[in-house]
Amino acid sequence: MKSLIFSVVLFSVLFQNDDLTKSIARGKEVYTDFCVTCHKPDGTGTPKFFPPLAKADYLTKQREDAIRSVKYGQKGKITVNGIDYNGMMPNPGLTEDEVADVMNYILHSWGNSGSKMVTLDEVKKVEKK
Amino acid sequence: MHKFHVFLVIFTFLFYSCRGQKDMSIQTPTQVSYTIENVVPELEIPWGMAFLPDGSILITEIKGQLIHFKDGKKTVVSNTPDVYARGQGGFLDVVLHPQYQQNGWIYFTYSSKEGTEGGGNTALIRAKLKDGALTDVQTLYKASPNTTKPYHFGSRIAFDLEGFVYFTIGDRGEHFVNPQDLTKDGGKVYRLKDDGTIPTDNPFFNQAHAKQAIWSYGHRNQQGMTRHPETGAIWTHEHGPQGGDEINIVSKGLNYGWPIISYGINYDGSILTEKKEMPGMEQPLYYYVPSIAPSGMAFIDSDRYGDWKGNLLIGALKFQYLERLVIQDGKVIYREKLATDIGRVRNVKMGPDGLIYLAVEGKGIFKLVPKA
Repeated sequence: MKSLIFSVVLFSVLFQNDDLTKSIARGKEVYTDFCVTCHKPDGTGTPKFFPPLAKADYLTKQREDAIRSVKYGQKGKITVNGIDYNGMMPNPGLTEDEVADVMNYILHSWGNSGSKMVTLDEVKKVEKK
Repeated sequence: MHKFHVFLVIFTFLFYSCRGQKDMSIQTPTQVSYTIENVVPELEIPWGMAFLPDGSILITEIKGQLIHFKDGKKTVVSNTPDVYARGQGGFLDVVLHPQYQQNGWIYFTYSSKEGTEGGGNTALIRAKLKDGALTDVQTLYKASPNTTKPYHFGSRIAFDLEGFVYFTIGDRGEHFVNPQDLTKDGGKVYRLKDDGTIPTDNPFFNQAHAKQAIWSYGHRNQQGMTRHPETGAIWTHEHGPQGGDEINIVSKGLNYGWPIISYGINYDGSILTEKKEMPGMEQPLYYYVPSIAPSGMAFIDSDRYGDWKGNLLIGALKFQYLERLVIQDGKVIYREKLATDIGRVRNVKMGPDGLIYLAVEGKGIFKLVPKA
């Protein structure tokens, strides 16, 4: 019985990881198509104009706001790693799946610590402010 | 020591020759001769604008709205096309027919979902504005196939002095497929009669399987196009990859080289092409390294700004200013920032009052008023 529970747990962990790996792979394509021109291939952004995503505290401290900006676009002042940015990001027009995928790619790249997987359900719940 | 100087001179000469153009860094004046006044407040992404004879302005919002700004009030025009609003796609340019007063035709480009495949591609339509709605909508061109790629739709519209309409379609994210293939849409400048029929003197009209509407090819993504006020030639600019934005005068049947030749590299830092020039491919009039992300293009054709008359204006999305270029004998000899740090400049047009109007993302439309 113990080994069965262990197998189930192990299976779900692996399965989850497999989902995450696939989501990150799809997210990389979304990133290349929509984000790379301003936020750069290494996630460093464009000084003064477009905030970095690499090691950005905003992504973990304001996870829901980060998802919201990818889902609907972003306007007005935000603070990333202690620096203020007062620009705008157009609504990229992504599907909800694509929002989850690109968030997972960003959260697992360039030294970002990852945190838990962004799911379609989590994206669906984020509403426009 | 003397020898060293000679070496330096030769080295410098070689360096500049290799680059193909003189380094022309942009100037930021400490004093400006104009004030910036808001004309239309609170717009999102005002992609195109056109001035109607009654002093009102038509503005396209990329998400799919056409706004009629009249007497200080915004009205959303109805019966506008259903746009494919994804990434750089959506409601794009708007331009009046040169004889608008007589015929009422307004031309639009947008990302259209029309067709059997998913995704979208660029379309040119014309329509009339009556009682707050578009009427008599006619599709003049629809590129195919549709694709879900979210970038490189183009698309600007301009008329030449003979009344032909030109518009641009970017490579739709397939740079190895579309721009060099005359049988495919994308990466082209197109030329039509004002009613959408294809002129028989188009360069590839008689070439089997070619898209007959093509005027020039080998382009990447052109979001600026205008007619030169004196020569009547059609000028465009296009986004390069990382580096390599270009200004071109587009001539009949010529190949502008993308992606075989380019002054830019890929976004991941990889090399797209080692070649910057090739026989049979046009060199740009000017290229930008690094990229400024150009959008919108106009010549100053009024006397309102003194000796700026004849200068070229280009919006810089990335560095958030309007660029003024002085051009002499087919070369850029001076570049200057206007409206420094104003925001992402999406579009620039000369107004009927001879003033410069610029559209800024997330802000609205502004005019540059010369100080008395």
